[in-house]
Amino acid sequence: MRNTLAIRPLTEMSRPGYRAARFPTPDVPDHAPADVLPAGALAAAPPELPELTEPDVIRHFTNLSTLNMSVDTHFYPLGSCTMKYNPKRHERLAGLPGIGDPHPYRDEADLQGMLQILHELQGMLAEISGLPAVSLQPAAGAQGELTALLTAAAYFRDRGEGEQRRKVIFPSSAHGTNPASAALAGFDTVQLKPTKTGLTDLDELASKVGEDTAVFMITNPNTLGLFEKDIEAITALLHDHGALVYIDGANMNAILGLTRPGDFGGDMMHYNVHKTFTGPHGGGGPGAGPIAVRDFLGPYLPGPVVKKVGGTPERPEFALHTPSKSIGRVRSHFGNVGILLRGYFYLRTLAAAGMRDVSERAVLNANYLRSKLKDVLEIPHPAPCMHEFVASASRSKKNRQISAMDVAKRLLDYGVHAPTVYFPLDVPEALMIEPTETESKATLDQFADIVRDILTKEDAETVKTAPHTTPVRRPDEVKAARQPVLCGVAKGCGTVPVDEVTVSA
Amino acid sequence: MLAEVGAESVEDLLAQIPASVRLDRPLNLPEGLCESELQRHVAALAERNRPRDAANFVHGGGDRVCFLGGGVYDHFVPAAVDEIAGRGEFYTAYTPYQAEASQGSLQAFFEFQTLVCRLTGFTVANASLYDGGTAAAEAALLAIRETKREGRVVVLGSVHPEYRQTLSTLLEYLPADVVTVDCPNGVTDVAAVEAALTDDTAALIVQHPNFFGNLEDAERLFAAAKAKGVISVQVFDPVTLGLLKSPAELGADIAVGEGQGLGIPMQYGGPYLGLFACREEFLRKTPGRLIGRTEDADGRECYVLALQTREQHIRRGKATSNICSNQGLLALRATVHLALLGPQGLREVADLSVRKTHYLADRLCETPGVTKAFDAPFVREVCLRVEGGARGLLGTARAAGFDLGPALSRFPAELFPAEMRAEELVLVAATERRTKQEIDLLAAALSDDPAATPLDRGEPVLAVA
Amino acid sequence: MSPDELHYLESHEWVGRDGDVAVVGISEFAVNQLTDLVYVDLPKVGDTVTRGETFGEVESVKAVSDLYSPVTGEVLEVNSGLEDDTSPLSEDPFGKGWLMKVKPSDDSVEGLMDGPAYREFCKTSDQ
Repeated sequence: MRNTLAIRPLTEMSRPGYRAARFPTPDVPDHAPADVLPAGALAAAPPELPELTEPDVIRHFTNLSTLNMSVDTHFYPLGSCTMKYNPKRHERLAGLPGIGDPHPYRDEADLQGMLQILHELQGMLAEISGLPAVSLQPAAGAQGELTALLTAAAYFRDRGEGEQRRKVIFPSSAHGTNPASAALAGFDTVQLKPTKTGLTDLDELASKVGEDTAVFMITNPNTLGLFEKDIEAITALLHDHGALVYIDGANMNAILGLTRPGDFGGDMMHYNVHKTFTGPHGGGGPGAGPIAVRDFLGPYLPGPVVKKVGGTPERPEFALHTPSKSIGRVRSHFGNVGILLRGYFYLRTLAAAGMRDVSERAVLNANYLRSKLKDVLEIPHPAPCMHEFVASASRSKKNRQISAMDVAKRLLDYGVHAPTVYFPLDVPEALMIEPTETESKATLDQFADIVRDILTKEDAETVKTAPHTTPVRRPDEVKAARQPVLCGVAKGCGTVPVDEVTVSA
Repeated sequence: MLAEVGAESVEDLLAQIPASVRLDRPLNLPEGLCESELQRHVAALAERNRPRDAANFVHGGGDRVCFLGGGVYDHFVPAAVDEIAGRGEFYTAYTPYQAEASQGSLQAFFEFQTLVCRLTGFTVANASLYDGGTAAAEAALLAIRETKREGRVVVLGSVHPEYRQTLSTLLEYLPADVVTVDCPNGVTDVAAVEAALTDDTAALIVQHPNFFGNLEDAERLFAAAKAKGVISVQVFDPVTLGLLKSPAELGADIAVGEGQGLGIPMQYGGPYLGLFACREEFLRKTPGRLIGRTEDADGRECYVLALQTREQHIRRGKATSNICSNQGLLALRATVHLALLGPQGLREVADLSVRKTHYLADRLCETPGVTKAFDAPFVREVCLRVEGGARGLLGTARAAGFDLGPALSRFPAELFPAEMRAEELVLVAATERRTKQEIDLLAAALSDDPAATPLDRGEPVLAVA
Repeated sequence: MSPDELHYLESHEWVGRDGDVAVVGISEFAVNQLTDLVYVDLPKVGDTVTRGETFGEVESVKAVSDLYSPVTGEVLEVNSGLEDDTSPLSEDPFGKGWLMKVKPSDDSVEGLMDGPAYREFCKTSDQ
């Protein structure tokens, strides 16, 4: 049952004198801040944080958690996001003493187990990509893109082509991060036109590629869930002009052990460990976006990377190493190790056969669902798809005024998370569906039935005014954009006298 | 399922991948492990991160005592933080694009923004960035956009060296130059900064308390920036705001920081939590995700992703930042942590950290050849000079079961002026978790008099923490 | 101002003359295409704007569009009230919803569409 009292804003629940956490009495009586710090630096009072008991805090956040949909509670076929099951074992292992707690500035000699894990992970990511040089540093996929583009920029500058190679090209179906990363790396951006087939048009690409091209960024399989069948010709074209090919690894879940970016002509790529390798999504992060590149780009990677420096096969020794022409750092410390570890645990569990199995099942699940839905939604591109597909609600929009967003919202009433809507931009009324390999046939059948019911049995008004059963309905985004309110103000503070306060120990 | 899709095998579905690029062999990966095998394997590797030397005697079999600092601190994390962050409803949810299915995350992140505003004194905070270093770089980018000044970004030499490296890397191919004002004395000379602030300077980046643990003359620095139309960025440490004036009160325009100290485990460098808050006027140029409060169709108060038009999925090449994910789960941890501590708890953590670090400094300076590197007020971290180089001292401490550092020698030498003799410098910090007894044992282990150390007794002298 | 007396860019900005001053805005057609406007970002008084180059942005809930200047010159005044409330722009784009007033560096309208031509242009781009 919904507890509206417990989910009031923390600032409203606050009562003077309440507190949850207690700390030891000082065993160092001297050196009080007022004695050792200049008075001018000190605040008159501590910040106005809420004052709560521990049960207040636990109830508040536990009740809030029940207002979320998540992989642990709901089917979550959000296209492009790879919402697969996150094994619980990873959480336990990531918190083991010696794994979850080392300070980043401990001596390398005392971190040999950690460095071994990270070194092994570098090797596994090199093998899966077919690209030998790996940096685990980027904090997320978008930062991986930026890091790779900075690496490419350094490479071209080193070759004396820095001034000449100004352009980064990408398809219209590219993730928004591609052009955003290219702009931040100082490049000019060039977007290709959408095509009917959903695949890159070689002729158009050829007309835009030249000696001023630095990088072509492509997602493969692309964001429409299609494998770019001309990928070899595409990469050859770029290489003929001295340019590099970047593979956006967002859709790696489709090709693990089946084909490798390095084998189809990619020079650089990023992984989304939080998608492909089950680092949980965390409500929007953290991610981890390691990159793999060809050997000639390796010297430019950010440092540090882990290098094997000796020891015995049973007890190898490792050290941190900064590549010779490194671009520097793209963040502080080694990387998002907590997420990288989960990727490592996953790879060590599934191994080679498991990797291939993941992709085969992901592709089968997507094609199965695609087939089950093909008569109720339009599917603009021919079968088969890879691990996801894009459907369009334009027919229902035209005939019954039911938009993709309406379908998405109505799905929530059935306890299913919505697919990605209105992306890619090339497909009108797009619904991008990625079931992932961890869903059963029964779940897929159920989902297909629900979509069919929504589109063929329910009255249009019910769908258009959905959702009806969620904690809130259709928030006013115009208001949120016109008069943004980004932080709360205290409304109820100070209403309870201090002597009535019970304090949790 | 194959019959439904009209395929005889999965291979039919994979025919769209040209045969010429298919991998014709199994991936060369280590053999697969079942859960119990994996646990044994990882536990064995974890043991290599828990050296068993003298630490065994000192700490009853526990790990090294951590006096490490450098922007990451061994603060206590209440169990309630792990409990909430461990709820699958939070950690297996995606970015809250569907507001109706994400009110839990949205409200938690809105509360995070509220608490970051309360800490910094601003009214705009985002729902987090990757870490302190990238947050500083994002602030510089905002300043360049806002001022339309593409000449330079001035950063003090007392800012964390890894943040400075990050800033240089991320701005390398953009028009603005990163100009460093050296800080050989541990506190920056305001006149030198004034001289560096040109008419085409977009931002001044000041860390306060700085990387060496010292207080800068932040108010004068920010006033100097303001006089030149330069945007002031303060890199802050949220724990110290239990005691110190807020960035807004000091006159900063943007506050960025590393939120690791707010309930986040150290986990060898990440994921951590980039904090970002700023003045109201920069609202629409703020990078990263923002949560806004609004009303739903029935007039109920609720939360949504606000101002998404700034972000890469809409504005693409002209977005305020390329950032797509944030550090949501860590923002949740920080929110729970601050809710548990409250104003008094945060003040106590800061107070205890100040006292213990000062006591630690006094005791370590009893060691021959060890002195305070600078004659400036420091807060919860102190920079020591070890005559002839810091390496020996760190080794002795490690052998006795104590981690000190970072030594400045672990950062590229060119990040510090030669006159500083950075190879002799080492940072140490003591949080509220450290006890007087631990500090005394460390001091004894470093002293030249073997009789003064209890290590020889060969028995645990501290209970497991 | 009467829409027919104005001159237009293909990106839907208009310019009209008020004595020595050039007044700039966006057309009703553009406002309708953008739907729910939430924010307008305008230049500062004293800035120089150049024909064909961006001078600001107009933002709806789902998209942001650059504003291109149909005129070159110095910005004399901006309709700063729009930064707090965009409703004049939504309701009266050719009148109260003007965006900026510019001291033009020349009188040329070469390369711009006149009112009737622009009406035709909108008809074709609406299909």
